Amino acid sequence: MSAPSIGRTRATRSTASLRHRLAERGIDTSLLMLVPALVFAIALFIYPFSYGIGLTFQPSAAIQEQWGGGIFANYVAFFKDPFIFDSVYLTMRLALPAALFNVLASIPVAFKLRHRFRGKKLLTTLLVLPITLGTVLTAQGLLIFAGRQGWLNRFLLQIGLIDQPLTLVNNYLGVMFSLIISGFPFAFLLISSYLSGIDPSIEAAAKTMGADWKQRFRRVILPLLAPGLATTFILTFVLAFSVFPSARLVGDAMGSTRVMALMGYRAFAEQIDYPMASTIAIMMGVVELLVIGVVLLWRSFMYKGSTGGKG
Amino acid sequence: MATQTASSGTPRADLPEPLPRARKRSAAVAPGERSLVASPTTWFVWAGTAAFFIFLIGILVSVMVDSFGKSWFNTWLPDSFSTDWYTGAWDRFDMTSVIGVTLTVAFAVIIISVLIGVPAAYLLARRTFPLKKLVSVLFLLPVLMPPITYGIPLATVMYNLGLGRTLTAVILVNLVPSVPFVIMTMTPFIEQINPTIESAARMSGANMRRVFTKILMPLLIPGILAASILVLVRTVGMFELTFLVSGPQSDTLVVAIYRAMTAAGGGEARQLISSMAVVYTISMMVILIVALRFVSPTQLVARVKESRED
Repeated sequence: MSAPSIGRTRATRSTASLRHRLAERGIDTSLLMLVPALVFAIALFIYPFSYGIGLTFQPSAAIQEQWGGGIFANYVAFFKDPFIFDSVYLTMRLALPAALFNVLASIPVAFKLRHRFRGKKLLTTLLVLPITLGTVLTAQGLLIFAGRQGWLNRFLLQIGLIDQPLTLVNNYLGVMFSLIISGFPFAFLLISSYLSGIDPSIEAAAKTMGADWKQRFRRVILPLLAPGLATTFILTFVLAFSVFPSARLVGDAMGSTRVMALMGYRAFAEQIDYPMASTIAIMMGVVELLVIGVVLLWRSFMYKGSTGGKG
Repeated sequence: MATQTASSGTPRADLPEPLPRARKRSAAVAPGERSLVASPTTWFVWAGTAAFFIFLIGILVSVMVDSFGKSWFNTWLPDSFSTDWYTGAWDRFDMTSVIGVTLTVAFAVIIISVLIGVPAAYLLARRTFPLKKLVSVLFLLPVLMPPITYGIPLATVMYNLGLGRTLTAVILVNLVPSVPFVIMTMTPFIEQINPTIESAARMSGANMRRVFTKILMPLLIPGILAASILVLVRTVGMFELTFLVSGPQSDTLVVAIYRAMTAAGGGEARQLISSMAVVYTISMMVILIVALRFVSPTQLVARVKESRED
């Protein structure tokens, strides 16, 4: 509170020279253009977030009674209640494999689609189109298509590959399918744009030195692609980590796909326990930022520099 | 994948340039020479892509068929087809008002986020100022966080302010990821504009406002259009944030479909939901196809190269 007010009094004392000095450091009236965005960010993001953090220390009477721990009762409940705490593991079990799969699978596909061939544009468009499907339609489609009576099971039964209809929905697998269908196009789009940013002449140079594709991939492409891979992984992971509607619709909402988002929503809308809901939401952010931190740490060990193609 | 390729033995030339259609065999492949044989990796990739498409088309077509079908239980196709479910869903869920809400929210979010985001993007693209890093991180955070994590505290605030279940709340929460998104999309567009044009205008006596309206705006129209369409796609598709604060009178289409699917007592008839989902997907696809005409998706990451090709 005291620091800015000291600055202000100093500012009134020597206006002219200060304004000049400030302008030289990049502070002038045009910075006012930033004000609406800052006001927005503070009012709609920073304030609610800090309000939520404050709320986590005001546990409801019921939580306090059950778990004790005074103002930390919500956190005690979060870590000690297996029904809530297991959701961390259940979310990870879905989000990590899904994000990894989406990133790893889009690398070869992006490579194949790097060069011109007939129907490339169509194929790219088709691969990107699922972004429009939305989780709800994907869920509905999976329920119908991969359900017990669905075409997939019907076909597999007909050709005699299986005797019993496979249970592909209303479980872990269903949510995984949904995450791949919605996440893969996104990962593919990002990876292929990062790949297009790598100057082909770098690879050509390696080729003239006799590197086979494995060496070129490991020594040339991978280091150049690593920052892009990290970014893509983070963004796909965020998508998969916040899985919510599909976990409820094609998943087993109270069992293997009881993800953190579902628990948070349950506390928020069904139990109307805002403090507990905020606690779960904040912990969700913490867990997510931990994973991102690990990825960024990995990235910091990789090559950082120009990819040749981009400015 | 690695084991697949390792087992095949011969040094494979050129992973990125396979010719899947060509089946001629070349005897010895020198490093750097293009292989004419589709390698196992190629087959692996194409098989994966095929599986992906089977699921995708299966999902799309089955929802489509379901939305038109009458009594579809234990057969390959429904007994007969009709459009009853569409008219039924339209009446049952008051689709006119739901779509009206969706469009209102989307356009309000677009206009506000462009108005807030473009000036901020301009400053972030052109200027250096103290705490710039911090400001950029602040604008990046909502994109990096799962919507639920900030959505729940935000929704709590909204309910405390008495805004719960109103259109205003839906618009406000949707701004949180949209403004950073506009900033992120617009920054490369602004960086592409030659700063000397602005300097020339300022030399000639134009003030910041005139530079903005007369010089920058016309040049930025494609960028603003691209950002708006992407925000439109995001807002129409945004489930979590809208769901947390919306009520019966302020549900957007996605949320309305979700509520119909999870309504107490096993939800509504499946075909009603399918027909709504088809409406949703078709409108989204139209938006996306329009969007792809205006903006190349790779442009968002690979800036300079794209602009050079223009």
